[in-house]
Amino acid sequence: MTPPPTRPSPTRRTLLRGATAAGAAGLLSGCVTAGGGDDTEEATGAVTDENPLGVPDDTGLEVVMFNGGYGQAYTEHAAELYEERHPGAEVDHQGVQRVGETLQPRFVAGEPPDVVDNTGAGRLDLAQLAASGQLHDLAELLDAPSLDDPAVPVRDTLMPGVVADGTLDGAVRFLNYSSVLWGVWYSTSLFEAHGWAYPETWDDMLALCEEIGQAGIAPWTWQGKFPEYMVDPLQSLAAKTGGIELVENIDNLEADAWRQDGMLAAADAIHRLVTGGHIMAGSEALSHTEAQNAWSNGEAAFIPCGSWLEGEQQEVTPEGFDMVMAPVPDLTAADAMPFGALQGSSSESFLVPAQAANPRGGLDYLRCLFSLDVARGFTETAKALPVVRGATDGVEMSTGLASVAAAVEAAGEHVFGYKYRLWYAPLAKAVDDATGELLTGRLDPEAWADRIQTAADDVAADDSITKHRR
Amino acid sequence: MRHGKNRFLIGALAAPLLLYGVFVVSPYAQAFYLAFTDWNGLAGQADNVGFANFTALWSDGLFLAALRNNGLMLLAVPLLTIVLALFFAALLTMGRSDRHGGFRGSGAYRIVYFFPQLLSVAILGVLFQFVYTPNNGLLNGLLEALGLGSLTRSWLAEPAWALPAVMAVMVWAAVGFYVVLFAAAMESIPRDVLEAARLDGAGRLTTFRRITLPFVWDTVQVAYVYLGILALDGFALVQIMTVGPGGPDNATEVVGLTLYRAAFTYGEFGYASAMGVTLFFITLTLTALALRATRRERVEIA
Repeated sequence: MTPPPTRPSPTRRTLLRGATAAGAAGLLSGCVTAGGGDDTEEATGAVTDENPLGVPDDTGLEVVMFNGGYGQAYTEHAAELYEERHPGAEVDHQGVQRVGETLQPRFVAGEPPDVVDNTGAGRLDLAQLAASGQLHDLAELLDAPSLDDPAVPVRDTLMPGVVADGTLDGAVRFLNYSSVLWGVWYSTSLFEAHGWAYPETWDDMLALCEEIGQAGIAPWTWQGKFPEYMVDPLQSLAAKTGGIELVENIDNLEADAWRQDGMLAAADAIHRLVTGGHIMAGSEALSHTEAQNAWSNGEAAFIPCGSWLEGEQQEVTPEGFDMVMAPVPDLTAADAMPFGALQGSSSESFLVPAQAANPRGGLDYLRCLFSLDVARGFTETAKALPVVRGATDGVEMSTGLASVAAAVEAAGEHVFGYKYRLWYAPLAKAVDDATGELLTGRLDPEAWADRIQTAADDVAADDSITKHRR
Repeated sequence: MRHGKNRFLIGALAAPLLLYGVFVVSPYAQAFYLAFTDWNGLAGQADNVGFANFTALWSDGLFLAALRNNGLMLLAVPLLTIVLALFFAALLTMGRSDRHGGFRGSGAYRIVYFFPQLLSVAILGVLFQFVYTPNNGLLNGLLEALGLGSLTRSWLAEPAWALPAVMAVMVWAAVGFYVVLFAAAMESIPRDVLEAARLDGAGRLTTFRRITLPFVWDTVQVAYVYLGILALDGFALVQIMTVGPGGPDNATEVVGLTLYRAAFTYGEFGYASAMGVTLFFITLTLTALALRATRRERVEIA
């Protein structure tokens, strides 16, 4: 850990005065809700136009980043930018695979790093971190002027939904960097060769599946070992049919939410793939790699996945495969949302620990990270969409990424997301288990809904689980 | 003189005892304490909740499914492993009474049997994932080649087959070690006893039942306890190999996995500690029972 600065630091009064420009409300709420950070000495520096967040010079910054599919080029880029802005400070940039195991003891001991990218299979539970007062309020950062244009606060450079995604019980606790959208993937070259077109309604989908089957190709495959991959198209169909109201009922654990018409219709639609024999044999036992590789080899036509698929399959996809992602088809003629509606969310959760030694530096690091320059680099190196507006302008994109960017454009305001997976992990497990059974035909849609509803009622009745509402 | 010896013993034991205290005893003590709290793994404090975690366990379907599966493994894995290991060890040491030490090449077999023991569990899990994978897996391929195509299935995706598939891997991995262990025990049986049995007209089976087994019974007993503890674990294999993991539909859920998920996915460290403590007492009880149930007259060679 870095020692507290020995140079004279400004008084609370000068800090407050300076921060008024950046929005005193944000700062105040930051102080009030900083929770566990109260007992730590917060390193501060003079607040100037150049240094709106009052970062102390000469104080080192420790950032611990998840080293996963998106690589580290962009977090290192932000670190360089930070060092340029604060010549006296050195950034200690560490990449780890299992964020939780590395950092849990440090959070408990009250000695966390200054910025964390809490992502990957071993990530810490964000809701629990927030409930334990371990997360710094980011409102101050959102109200600070952005690096690219001092007239525009950081808040306005972000895509819609990012701030909402990172809000837990009224305060912004983390910001996600990568935009993730879910849909159905197929190879344009395969479809052109057979003269197939992507279906816009589920009836057309089933008809096309018949045709694809006759061509000797399995219409669908899925990542059977991890049933959540198939939960996404199912709940997308449901959301499109029932609208955002259906989604909110699910997330708010309303009675019989899983038995809503839209939900049952969506489960029935997915179940028809099973009863129609449209799913590649053995898919239910394949890992995501096995299923995706089979799909890349042309053994199956459709696969459900998030927008990271192209990057993940880079090594094994044959030349000219030209994969694209499409939104799930319409289920009924009276769907509440139009065809282009997408399930979207953001990932790569960046946060500043409340007990960090240099939280102001942490906030400024995030200001660098969310700058246009770093975001453009992310598009190029990580082949994914950053949440910074305009980051893909003028960047040459591969077919998959271009299709995702076009889908976002087409969806406009109709991007939805479920929260129950983040809020109630045990419910998410029940949904995954039941969906796995639905996809092997061992459960029918009615029994599927009943089982999940029971699990949802159990969560609703359990007082030890913190409840959230949207 | 006696005094000096004690001082030497204390001096020599202090360091290992200290290490044992810090790295084994104190985590245990902490787990027992945490089992009575609602610690979420991240907060600096934890509230005492009494026995709430323990009472909640008995209505947790996942934990009960895990207990059931560990119970099935406890019945099947040690028994199968010991029977197979005794069989192979008997074959390896067979004929000791007529000639010198086993048939030709038995040494090589002993090494081959030991191979699986050299692989880490993680590698085993990945390896057998490929054996069981439905479309181009080794097992289904073998069945096809033998003309038994009707028996092929998605081994790890069918609730009835997933747990046996995992247990088969555990047995496969453990047998070799116990073959070596039993073979060593069998070789220490005095040759004149075996020869006497042969002269009295005892066949191979009778010799095995009346002479060999009583002589190696101590070793079998130890093996049973070790294998029982192995069967109560199974976490790594299940985590790597199975659908979900722990599936399909909790068919391969084991206590270790439930515990891990509760702690690291749901952030319920207090609850997970309660599972750990419960498992600790179950293991302890079963070990005591196993040692008692298998107690027999020791064979004394006068």
